[in-house]
Amino acid sequence: MSAILDRLLGRKKKSARQAKERLKLVLIHDRTDLNPGTLELLKDELISVISRHVDIDPAAVRIEMTQDGRQQRLIADIPLNPAGRRRVR
Amino acid sequence: MAAKVVTVTSGKGGVGKTTATANLASALAAENFKVVCIDADIGLRNLDVVLGLENRIVYDLVDVVEGRCRLRQAMIRDKRLPELYLIPAAQTRDKSAVSPSDMVRLCDELRPDCDWVLIDSPAGIERGFRNAIAPADIVIVITNPEVSAVRDADRIIGLIEAEEKGPARLIINRLKPAMVKREEMLSPDDVLELLAVELIGIVPEDENVTLSINRGLPIVLDGKSRAGLAFRNIAARLRGEQVPFLDLNDQGGLLGRLARLIRPGGA
Repeated sequence: MSAILDRLLGRKKKSARQAKERLKLVLIHDRTDLNPGTLELLKDELISVISRHVDIDPAAVRIEMTQDGRQQRLIADIPLNPAGRRRVR
Repeated sequence: MAAKVVTVTSGKGGVGKTTATANLASALAAENFKVVCIDADIGLRNLDVVLGLENRIVYDLVDVVEGRCRLRQAMIRDKRLPELYLIPAAQTRDKSAVSPSDMVRLCDELRPDCDWVLIDSPAGIERGFRNAIAPADIVIVITNPEVSAVRDADRIIGLIEAEEKGPARLIINRLKPAMVKREEMLSPDDVLELLAVELIGIVPEDENVTLSINRGLPIVLDGKSRAGLAFRNIAARLRGEQVPFLDLNDQGGLLGRLARLIRPGGA
């Protein structure tokens, strides 16, 4: 909310916030050797494997990196389409 | 006596490893603990000048490791703090002159007759760093509230965990409370959230540190300096005492308090 207000008033984001946001991303990649490109590739492959067995909506798939202490976690959220509405191939 | 070996490291250079080592060692020695500090930065020795002992070097760490002198002969005793000893680094050799197992052996020889061994690690993640952490019981990572220093600290913390020397403890050095208040510097909470390690101390930026290094007199001996007090508190926490963290916002003044009233998020 305050970010929107800041933007409306033409205020620049405080540099400490920028530092923290930039560091968050840098540290994820430093810790895991997983760059955004590889993450996209992984997502595509995951979608194709899962689609072979169940009906999913590829556009709804979310794959995110989260931090739990010093442990990085890859969280995949894959909503399944209801079985009744299964497409006929 | 069975000494605890504490290594101070950082990844990035220039964040305050040597200053922290010299001051933690001095603070412990001032409390009458027998302390030996080792400068593991071979080729770039500096702990000697920060402690004001540069004119008394005869033998160094490499002389001990290569058997040119006995351990005792390389230990320089501080005249102001008679419980404080320094084993200086060699200046004309490089990090490969010493191995991690040499450091373990040397510290094992020191352990029975002192209370603390403090090791000043070189910057970097190579041989010198490995030498410095090999004998450590406790590893202290020091950083500044800046992007590059925090990034390198994270890398170093990962390596310390991989070497099973963790959990590392963190010193945030050279913090400028006024800049944190303006949200133009990472706050201690920001740094802790990013690094997810245990904090052992916050040292505010203090011009007296430069003065103390100019003179070769540790700042912990200056009763009025805030940085000196912060280092004394860290030394007490190392000994297992519960010491509350300094309130770094106590120089806020009327304007600062007004600003916080208007924008509560800014505190």
